[in-house]
Order: sequence, then structure tokens, then C-alpha cells
Amino acid sequence: MTNNSRSAQKRGIIPAPIVNTAMAISRWFNNLPQVIAVALVILTVLLGWELIVRLGDIPVIILPSPSLVGTQVITVFGQLAPGEFLLGELWTTIQEVLIGFGIACVFGFAIGLWVGQTKFGQKAVMPLFVALEATPKIAFAPVFIAWFGFGITSKYVLAAFMSVFPIIIGTAAGLAATSEDELKLFKSMKARAWDVFWKLKMLRALPFIFAGLKIAIVAALTGAVAAEFIGGGIGFGEQIRLAATRLALDRVFALILILSLLGIALFSLVAWVQKKVTFWDSPNLRLMKKGKNSSLAVTR
Amino acid sequence: MNQPSATAQNSAQYRIEDVSHTFPGTDIEALQNVSIDIKPGSFISLIGPSGCGKSTLLNAMAGLLTPSQGQILINGQQVDGPPEDVGIMFQKATLLPWRTTVANVLLPIELRDGAQAAKAHTDDALAIIETVGLKGFENAYPGELSGGMAQRAAICRMLITEPDVLLLDEPFGALDELTRERMDLELQSIALSRNATVVLVTHSIPEAVFLSDTVYAMSARPGRISEIIEVDLPRPREMDTLNHPDFARYVGRVRTALNEGHGVHND
Repeated sequence: MTNNSRSAQKRGIIPAPIVNTAMAISRWFNNLPQVIAVALVILTVLLGWELIVRLGDIPVIILPSPSLVGTQVITVFGQLAPGEFLLGELWTTIQEVLIGFGIACVFGFAIGLWVGQTKFGQKAVMPLFVALEATPKIAFAPVFIAWFGFGITSKYVLAAFMSVFPIIIGTAAGLAATSEDELKLFKSMKARAWDVFWKLKMLRALPFIFAGLKIAIVAALTGAVAAEFIGGGIGFGEQIRLAATRLALDRVFALILILSLLGIALFSLVAWVQKKVTFWDSPNLRLMKKGKNSSLAVTR
Repeated sequence: MNQPSATAQNSAQYRIEDVSHTFPGTDIEALQNVSIDIKPGSFISLIGPSGCGKSTLLNAMAGLLTPSQGQILINGQQVDGPPEDVGIMFQKATLLPWRTTVANVLLPIELRDGAQAAKAHTDDALAIIETVGLKGFENAYPGELSGGMAQRAAICRMLITEPDVLLLDEPFGALDELTRERMDLELQSIALSRNATVVLVTHSIPEAVFLSDTVYAMSARPGRISEIIEVDLPRPREMDTLNHPDFARYVGRVRTALNEGHGVHND
């Protein structure tokens, strides 16, 4: 490498000052703090988008410019103020997600236990869920609307249906994660089955269960919004559908941004709980502790 | 119920009577007609190539498996499930990562007598932790411990119930040589101070000779005892013992016994 570039310089193909400057610029980019680097990428994309729309004279109904979307975001935030109608729609969607996620947790744990702890469940039930997992579950949306009507019920049932699978699979996989050595240790200490489950298997399963929950919370949001698209005239999804039928794509983008923020918030909440509950699972436990000046040992 | 006392007199007597074991579904004899009489307070080693059944024998002694033939007696009673007063340790420390060192050490008491009893033994646990040099790491999580430190914590967990018998399945097999020698010294002093009966499964000849009163050399397929070597070196043994000519002779004898058991003859 060095040899090559040096000989290239000697032969005068690339002058040394240019090579050095290029390397310095690349180093500067690589050493940027992550927040600034991310902001830089977003800004660049927005700027490029704005330029393409303006120079290409692209109509709003095909692609609104970021500045137009930005204006709409301000409008949308205004409609999200307390007492405004959009806040109510958002609250409807949040309710659907949380109820659906709650139902998925209950059924997911129960079925995951069944599948993970019994031979019958493993043999007879697991293949069924693996097959169902491979189907596009969102295609069931009209079925749920037909069964549960246009109200909130069909929305949270689809949200639950979409998010139950990763919880089942996470729970079942987690219960299988206990090692032979650990089981032998508990056996040698004459542990009761209850203790083997609660003091060993369940805790071993937690990181896997949380991995499932993180996928599930996002799936619940997808399910709720999809059900709103398909029927009922309620929730945030309906607002997006309405804006889209009016070809107000700037508003559509603004509403999607709000939904994305909701998704990120829900995901971060689960990730935060995971970090609190399974802090011991971090491979960097030793480093973390050094960095935090032994706060782990003191607080727990 | 288990009063801490460093000078516990014990009289645990293990008898292994004509034990054979074939794993279900196979016709490989893991153990064939093995009989050992372990004197109370003595330190014995089971050594041999993999497949000689040394771990199978230890598991049977720990009540973790029932041999297909013969019987194992502790204090005259047949072993049927993990016996009282027996502590066991494996090659892997197997600490629970969500528990601090103290909580890991107290686990056997918590499982036996409940969380209240475990809490009442906290001071005992801290004392044992200090004796193995883990002071300052009582509240550390296993993810913060090195391999040697984790094995020390596992030793504490084994000792918290004040067992008369220690069953050790290659406890330091995963540690580096220097750490291992230091751990061997500590193990000896623990065994001596508690007058514990110790059964060590190992694949290291020097370790077996250094620690044991009696070394049982085993051969594979079928697993059986090929030779019994009494090690008559003064105790406590120290690092210097390793340089003793007698030590080298014992090591040579065990090696010869193992080679013969393997079908390799030295003329």
C-alpha cells in the first residue's frame, strides 16, 4: 500500500499534496462524533432531496420537498396539541398498540412456555408457529375486521396477532438456553423444580425474551396502523389514508414522521427496560463498570 | 443448622463396591468392576485418558447418575440422589451471571433452606470469600471476574454448606498453569484445615501427585482402575515439593501406569 502510493507519487501520477489532503479529509470524517456524523448524513440527504425536487420541478403529489414537509410537520404538531383532534387519533393508535402488545405478551409467554417446556408443544405446536411466521400475517387484517368490526378491537387484535410470534419464539428459545452444566449444578444442590424454573431457566431466558419483545413492539405498531388503513375510520393510520386520498403527500410524510417517532419511542422504552433488567448480560460489564466508577455494584 | 467451624471433624466414609456402568442405549462400558474404599479425610485422585469413566464415577458418587451395577455407600448408606455433606465443583465455574459473588456463594443454602436462611449466612459467605482472596469482589458480577476468580467463587459456593466430602471434576482444567498451581496450593490448605475427604478428577499427572494421598490410574474401554499409587510425600506440600526427586519418581510411576493402561508398554 504505502509502497504503491509512494511509487505513484514518485512517478507523479498523483501529486503528494493531493494524496495527503485526501487522507486528512478522510481522517476528519472518520473521527467525527457519532451525533454530528448522523446529522451530517441526514442534512446531506435532505439537501439533495430539496435540490432534486426544486431543479426537477417535481409536483407535490409525487414528491413534496423537505421544506414543504417541514411546514406540514409544524402544522401537524399544532394539531397534536392538547385538546386538538389529531392527539385523540394518536392516542387511539397508542391504545391499540399497547393493548395488542399486552395481549401478545400474555399469549406469547404462555404459548412459548408450552412450546419450550413440553415435548408435545415442541413436536406438535412449534412447527405450526414456524409455518405461520412465514406467512404474511398482515393479510389476515380483513379477517379480523370481519370478525371484530370497525372499532378498536379489530385493530388491537391484529396488533397482538402480528407481535405474538416473536415473543413465542423468544420465550421458547430462551428456555432452551440453559446449559447442561447449570442444570447439573442445580441438580447437585437438590433444587426443587420451582427453583430450577424461576432461579435458573427464566432468568437465562430473559435476554431472548427481550429480543422478541423489541421486535414485537414494532410489529404491534405496524399491525395497528395496517388495520386502521383497512377499515374503521379511526386512528393515526386513517389520518394518513385520508391525506393520501387527497394527494397531500407533504402531510402524509409529516404524519409518517410522527409515527416513526412513536415507533422509536416504544422500541427505546423496551430496550431501556431490557438494559435495566438484564444488565448482567452485557459483554462489556467489566468495561461499563470501570467507566461508570463502580456505580453498578453500589446501586444493585 | 450448619454452624461454621474451620476445624470440622468429619468421618465421611465413601465406599465404591464393584460399580459398573453402561450408558443406556449403548454397549460401551464406561465403568467395569470399580471398587474404591476412601479413608475419611484422605485426598484421592482419579486420573486417566478421556473415556476412562472418571467423570462418570464422580457423577455417580455425587448422586447425579445411578450406576447400572454395584453400589456406592456414604457412611454406610447407599447413595440415592445428591447426598448431604457433599460439595461438588466442575471444570466450568458455572456462576449465575445475574447474581453477585455473594449471592452465587449463598445459592446452595438458598435452594436448600430458602432466601431467609441464605441471608442469615451472609457473614459466613463473606468470610469464605475473604479466605480465597476475593475480598473487594463480593458485589461483583461474574462478568467482571477473571477465570481464576470465578473458580475461587465456585470454591466458596462449594464450601458454604460445610461439606465433609469435596468432589472435584477437573476444577482447574481451564486455567493457565501458574494460576492452577496456586489454586492447587489453596485447595490443599482448604482440605487440610477442614479435614475434608477429597476426590479429584484430573488429567494432569503432576496435579494428581502433588495433591493426593492415593492416585487411582484408570484405563479406558472398559473404564477400570489399572493401578493404585500411594503418594507418601510430607504435608503440607509446597511449591518446592515439585522439585523433590520423590515427586518426579511418583510422576513417572503414574505415567507408566497410564501408558500400560493404554496398551503402550515400556520395556
